[in-house]
Amino acid sequence: MTVTANPSQNNQLELITATVDGVEVRVPKGTLIIRAAEQLGVQIPRFCDHPSLEPVAACRMCLVEIDGIPKPQPSCAIPLTEGMVVRTQQSSEVAAKAQEGVMEFLLLNHPLDCPVCDKGGECPLQNQAMTNGRPYSRFEEGTKRLFEKPININSEILLDRERCVSCARCTRFADEIAGDPTLELLERGAQQQVGTADDRPFESYFGGNTIQICPVGALTSATYRFRSRPFDLISHNTICEHCASGCSTRTDIRRGKIMRRLAANDPEVNEEWNCDKGRFAFTHTTLDRITTPLIRENGELRTASWPEAIEFAANGLKDKQSGVLTGGRLPQEDVYAYSRFARVALNTNNVDFRNRYASKEEADFLTHHVAANSMHVTYRDLENAEIVLLVAFEPENESPIVQLRLRKAVRKSKLKVIAIDTAAIEGYKKLNAEIILTKPGLEADALNKLVPSLNGKNVIVLVGERAATSSGLLSAVASMGKSTSAKFAWVPRRAGDRGAVEAGLLPTLLPGGKLVKDAADRAEVAAEWGVAQLPGQSGLDQVEMVKAALSGDLDAFVIGGLDVYDVSYHSDFIAALEKTFVVSLEQHYSSVTEHADVVLPVGVITERSGTFVNWEGRERSFAAAMHQSLALTDARVLHLIAEKLGVKFADQAKPSELHKSLTSLKDSSNTSTMSAVASIKVPGILLAGLRQLIDNGSLQQGEPHLAATAREAVARVSAATASANGLVDGNLVIIKSSTGQMVLPLLVSEVADETVWVPLNSDGSTPLKNLSVSIGESVQLQDGGRYVL
Amino acid sequence: MTKLVPNLTAHWDETDSYTIAGYQRHGGYSAVKKSFELGPDAVIAEVKESGLRGRGGAGFPTGMKWGFVPQGDGKPHYLVVNADESEPGACKDIPLMMANPHSLVEGVIIAAYAIRANQAFIYIRGETPHPIRRVRQAVADAYAAKLLGKNILGSGFDLEVVVHSGAGAYICGEETALLDSLEGRRGQPRLKPPFPAVAGLYASPTVVNNVETIASVPAVINNGAAWYKSFGTEKSPGIKLFAVSGDVKRPGIFEAPLGITMRELIDYAGGMVSERPVKFFVPGGSSVPLLTPEHLDVPLTYEDMAAHGTMLGTGTPMVFDTSRSVTQAVVRWIEFYKHESCGKCTPCREGTYFMVDILKRLEKGKGQISDLDLLVDISAQISGRSFCALGDAAATPVPAALKYFREEFETKLVGVK
Repeated sequence: MTVTANPSQNNQLELITATVDGVEVRVPKGTLIIRAAEQLGVQIPRFCDHPSLEPVAACRMCLVEIDGIPKPQPSCAIPLTEGMVVRTQQSSEVAAKAQEGVMEFLLLNHPLDCPVCDKGGECPLQNQAMTNGRPYSRFEEGTKRLFEKPININSEILLDRERCVSCARCTRFADEIAGDPTLELLERGAQQQVGTADDRPFESYFGGNTIQICPVGALTSATYRFRSRPFDLISHNTICEHCASGCSTRTDIRRGKIMRRLAANDPEVNEEWNCDKGRFAFTHTTLDRITTPLIRENGELRTASWPEAIEFAANGLKDKQSGVLTGGRLPQEDVYAYSRFARVALNTNNVDFRNRYASKEEADFLTHHVAANSMHVTYRDLENAEIVLLVAFEPENESPIVQLRLRKAVRKSKLKVIAIDTAAIEGYKKLNAEIILTKPGLEADALNKLVPSLNGKNVIVLVGERAATSSGLLSAVASMGKSTSAKFAWVPRRAGDRGAVEAGLLPTLLPGGKLVKDAADRAEVAAEWGVAQLPGQSGLDQVEMVKAALSGDLDAFVIGGLDVYDVSYHSDFIAALEKTFVVSLEQHYSSVTEHADVVLPVGVITERSGTFVNWEGRERSFAAAMHQSLALTDARVLHLIAEKLGVKFADQAKPSELHKSLTSLKDSSNTSTMSAVASIKVPGILLAGLRQLIDNGSLQQGEPHLAATAREAVARVSAATASANGLVDGNLVIIKSSTGQMVLPLLVSEVADETVWVPLNSDGSTPLKNLSVSIGESVQLQDGGRYVL
Repeated sequence: MTKLVPNLTAHWDETDSYTIAGYQRHGGYSAVKKSFELGPDAVIAEVKESGLRGRGGAGFPTGMKWGFVPQGDGKPHYLVVNADESEPGACKDIPLMMANPHSLVEGVIIAAYAIRANQAFIYIRGETPHPIRRVRQAVADAYAAKLLGKNILGSGFDLEVVVHSGAGAYICGEETALLDSLEGRRGQPRLKPPFPAVAGLYASPTVVNNVETIASVPAVINNGAAWYKSFGTEKSPGIKLFAVSGDVKRPGIFEAPLGITMRELIDYAGGMVSERPVKFFVPGGSSVPLLTPEHLDVPLTYEDMAAHGTMLGTGTPMVFDTSRSVTQAVVRWIEFYKHESCGKCTPCREGTYFMVDILKRLEKGKGQISDLDLLVDISAQISGRSFCALGDAAATPVPAALKYFREEFETKLVGVK
């Protein structure tokens, strides 16, 4: 359990002296009795109490005696005051008897089905019934209240109402932390129960946390229910592989299989929460894995041995003009290995980690303002800021823990959030954000207009990866950082992205923020890698590599963790792959393996150790959860190919060695700045959108309960755009491009005019794949008639 | 014999007692004018001086409650009238609103003026549509007579009054649950502090008073604190509505000084029906411990009731004759609390469930001797451990009933004929 202290207040902490169980304690003013007792090692039993939630004093389990007050008092809701004398169950008969009484009451209507309950073995009710309960029940002849069981409160969460002790942790979490107050207590008395309105599901990206904080077995997940007992699990500290929030997680494994994932406690990062994607999307680690190397022969992939496949790959790459592309799944050590492999074994700076819209301006921004700029802005800074400006970044979908931290600050420290984006998505509303709507491409103008009003304030700007689609936006952010006191940070979407920047996986960038064009930087990196020199010419980025391959200037690709349908020019991309020799390092069959000449299977996140770098630049190291795995890391596979190409690294691509090597390069403070870029106004109706947190992403495959909690894909336009194009709210809308069309239900809402907002990779809404259109490109709209479910 | 003092009830026998004309014929709304001349602080001082105590059951001094409202804090202040009369046995506020609603409206104007509230709410029990309609009409008539709205009687004081209908939960008589309900939430009591006087309705300073309390204010202002204090005792000054029900010949409302005895009230009510003697009575609704015939001459005051282990409560005695079963009465009461427990806290939610389970067994003659001690023990586990006073109330009937009538309970055990 987490309490994050606010460091800005630490200096003026007023201490008070009180007595708990005869021991004098000095604690900060405002410390609750139950917390002070914890510091003494006295565990007062509790259910409704939770350090991250507002006190309610509902369960009455934590009653203690306070001198001068005739009735026992709830220690979870009363702060210690100067001179207060408190007696807990350890030294007070009254408190002990009161707690025993409450425990007896709680068990009356509880089914006592511990032997079949998922919580059995890790259940606060079970444990505290042992420590603070009566040895036997006096309700022997009574009739328990029963409920139909279980009910789904959403597709992922099941509720056994008869186990519930009405502590209201789940409902308070939904209301206070997630900002999704659709889970409520209903009815009254013994019939009081948790529920949702009119059989609508509990809609939240964070719903899984309610299962974890439930102090009984009332809430269970569809994935874990009846699968395991806690004492059969082996728990491992892990880091979430999905987004750049960098959550600490706990992975519970039984007999070599992941049973569940929980949020781990990390006060500086995810506190004790995570999102449902991080909690439930782990089936990808086992589903449809590629198990052996494959070689394309006569147009078909066939199984090959490792030595054969490595040799095949090395022969195909030898003396070729090659490019290296990676995706967001890779830990820092692996991207670093790709970076080194390209520069040393392939003698090229043709490297890019961006498996999406990639602009020169963005590469410039990342090179000069992000690389080697770790911990410039942290979660804690967000909490202490006066204003947080979100630019092309909607945290609830794109980095959910940032959303939770911002929401906490909005609630507790009166943070003001301003957002510049194309549509007023729900997540912004949960932050009470002031939303500045702009047509795609014009965000920079809106930002420049806003800047004077922010001067002199404690402002933090968070800019998302979608900013790359808006010409001039990133350079405007950079110049704002120079001209004002505002600090800014780049929040990418994928877990591996920030680490890739640190590892120098850009055509102009070397590891540690060093520059390709700087001879001294090159020499330093070359020395670390034990080679004489590195290629000095800037490489090609992803877009240029595809073009070069089509024109015959590039002969080979090494690709790890990438999907061609994540870009709008996928037909060009596929043609480029068809035309070149492609080495694919992959976990699952994908749009790249389909066109690869050699496929080399690599290990998934649970099978290896490594480091993710989150958006703060904070290193998040993890160990292998499944040690017995024989799967190779990307780095190790690259090492084997390099050896065949005649390049040998002493570290054998061990993750710990790679990490040490990269760290040794990370001392440079890059003080250069990027040059300004003008914004481009595109006429017509433009596509806007984002990738919803729960969508068709490849790491979410095989988890139907999670997938069913995804938000329905709708197209959003403004009222003005709807009427100008003859569109009707609630009808279907047809979105067309020169290559295709898609049909979605229309929601008229707060969106910039002449803009249609759609999810980028959800059921029924895949504009990159279907329309070959990316954000900021023009589409046509047409009414599609009535929408019938 | 203590004399009745008809004040609020003085004109109930007139056919138009509930109209504004009927009210004004007897000097109604003159206290508003007088209050505006005195000024708000003097009104608070006068009410404080009169010793008027809350008539909703707890008996908290009204003037002191008003004095807790911070002045000059820049926040809006609210006056909320608790007209959610739902206590078993209590039937005084609803008749008062039916027969004399304008005394309530006048009291609202004066109280709101005193605490500097420009908005008042009257929260009336939802199951009772008649008083809701009547008070709505009274408020509308007061608006028409310019006694509500902007610049009342040229004083510069503005007041808007909303009559709100509850949705049928006993818990909403608890002041903070009432506030939650009024804000549109599910009625459950709030954690205190902060108290409503500091952060009540919409997190602003709020005074919540009972109907009878507020309706008593005009007389206090008109006749002065000294007049009011001339009735009753030092600690329980003034006059009060006593609603006598049960096995009496003429159940009804008797307005008398505090300190009147139960024997006197029964006499006023025409004596016992069927002439059977009193077996037991509860002085103030089901939430207070019962008393026996030996207590018939104890003065009905806050302090004397406390001295005999019970409370004055709402001052609405229920009288039971010797034909009644105390066990049955207790079962019905506890069933009521089980049904009305809001569910928020464990002791009240589960404790009432537990007690009903045992009491039902006893009622059927299937109890064990240990059940009696268990009932007392459960009551002790609820009393003082619950979130709000509902739980405390649910814990009161059993210990008192067992204290005076244990033998009767013992006849309900297994094997006893």
